[in-house]
Amino acid sequence: MPVRIAGVASTEFGRHPDSSSRELFSDAATAAFEDAAVTAADVDALYFGNFMGDVVENQGHMGALMADAVGAREAASVRVESACASGGAAVRAATHAVDAGVHDVVLVGGTEMMYTVGTEAITDALANAADNEYENQVGLTFPGIYGVMARAYMAEFDATREDLAAVSVKNHANGVDNPIAQFHEEITVDEVLESKPIASPLGLLDCCPISDGASVVVLVDDEYAREAGLDAPVAIRGSGQSSDAIALQDRADLARTPAAERAATEAYAGSGIEPTEIDVCEVHDCFTIAEIMALEALGLYEYGDGVRGAVEGETALDGRVPVNTSGGLLAKGHPVGVTGVEQIVELTKQLEGRHPNQVADPEVAVAHNVGGSGASAVVHVLGRA
Amino acid sequence: MPDGPAVPAWYTALADAVAAGEGTYLECESCGAVALPPRTLCPSCGESTLVERPLSETATVASFTEIHVTIPAFHGTTPYTVVVAAFDEGVRLTGRLRGEGPVAIGDAVALGVAERDDGRPLLTFEPVAADG
Repeated sequence: MPVRIAGVASTEFGRHPDSSSRELFSDAATAAFEDAAVTAADVDALYFGNFMGDVVENQGHMGALMADAVGAREAASVRVESACASGGAAVRAATHAVDAGVHDVVLVGGTEMMYTVGTEAITDALANAADNEYENQVGLTFPGIYGVMARAYMAEFDATREDLAAVSVKNHANGVDNPIAQFHEEITVDEVLESKPIASPLGLLDCCPISDGASVVVLVDDEYAREAGLDAPVAIRGSGQSSDAIALQDRADLARTPAAERAATEAYAGSGIEPTEIDVCEVHDCFTIAEIMALEALGLYEYGDGVRGAVEGETALDGRVPVNTSGGLLAKGHPVGVTGVEQIVELTKQLEGRHPNQVADPEVAVAHNVGGSGASAVVHVLGRA
Repeated sequence: MPDGPAVPAWYTALADAVAAGEGTYLECESCGAVALPPRTLCPSCGESTLVERPLSETATVASFTEIHVTIPAFHGTTPYTVVVAAFDEGVRLTGRLRGEGPVAIGDAVALGVAERDDGRPLLTFEPVAADG
């Protein structure tokens, strides 16, 4: 794929009570333009990921709003919504547009404002990612769906709450040195186990926080990058996406995410890589159990072995394949429509050798972004090429 | 209780049928896949060959969760337990656990319908005695 990443930027994730989507997006875009050495006038199109703007900010039609907010009023703009995979789906759509030769310079980004409306209201908005009649209306919250998956996984594979907690401990440790992360404190397994119950077997520290934030990536055509003299050593080498039944009850298995497996298979085939070649990953750890299932979906572990990643240190910064060096959704935060874009920001920095938790000379990086409890899944392979 | 969107007619019909002990599921005459309403096309093969079949009144707990933080519609009602139960016919349903006491994966539960405080129907599962 002749699609290069010219620049990346994210705002801090966390609470931005005095800001708004358009302001956060403008902040991230301004920094991304500078990083890319392009200007708003160069932008042909905007693919904008956002899940809950209608509910939280009473704002739809956010593609045009955001293009205007960053000085690209006439660019072709669209909002992409696939729940928590909105960002990844936006990256994929933007990648295809550049790959097909439709556009030379595409802005792909996202924002989410979540803090302002309170916990119950945002839990309600997040529940829109699930099947309203079959799940929400019987009181199955979004953390509850992952609680059901976690219990099914633990029963099938004899996994423990301690195994799950190890994921949160690792990712919080990674968040300490990431300047955009929401949390910068290390935690212990006992603190995870004793954290406030949310949806059994998951406690508060098994869950990602409620976050505001924005991220922007500037994608450029390979030939355009050369002619414009842009420094863009990282390319998107492969992209995959698949869907599944939105309601967990309708899936073939409660403890597996086959849509993510299909997305990974497509992305690996497109880029010509094998899972064994992956040097660093950002995966969708909205809950501790989700990272474990992600490792299995990506082919890094067999079913039931994903717990080994964090427990045995294999996915730590100095492990066999470092996962969520950013702190992941658990520590960095999860402004939901942003996450799939932010993963590209983090991995680009890793591949360019300028990440706050830099791993040694990575060549191949994988981003895994999931919407709902696995009904949407997007996987991207990035590399230096 | 905040007002939400209206209950769709298909869901009211489903709840009424369950309450009358006449719950149904869908089976594809082309590929044998099973599914839940409302559907015209088979989610597995895409053919329009779905037929209604009677659904068992009992199922087996596949997994469950105790909810401690909920949405505004259920404000003040936590903790409560939600069960995903598997029917012998191959479909699963999600419902609220009814009755006292703990539940475990593999337990037998009976499908029912209760009325929520806001008048909407609520699918429920009630444990049934092992010898029952």
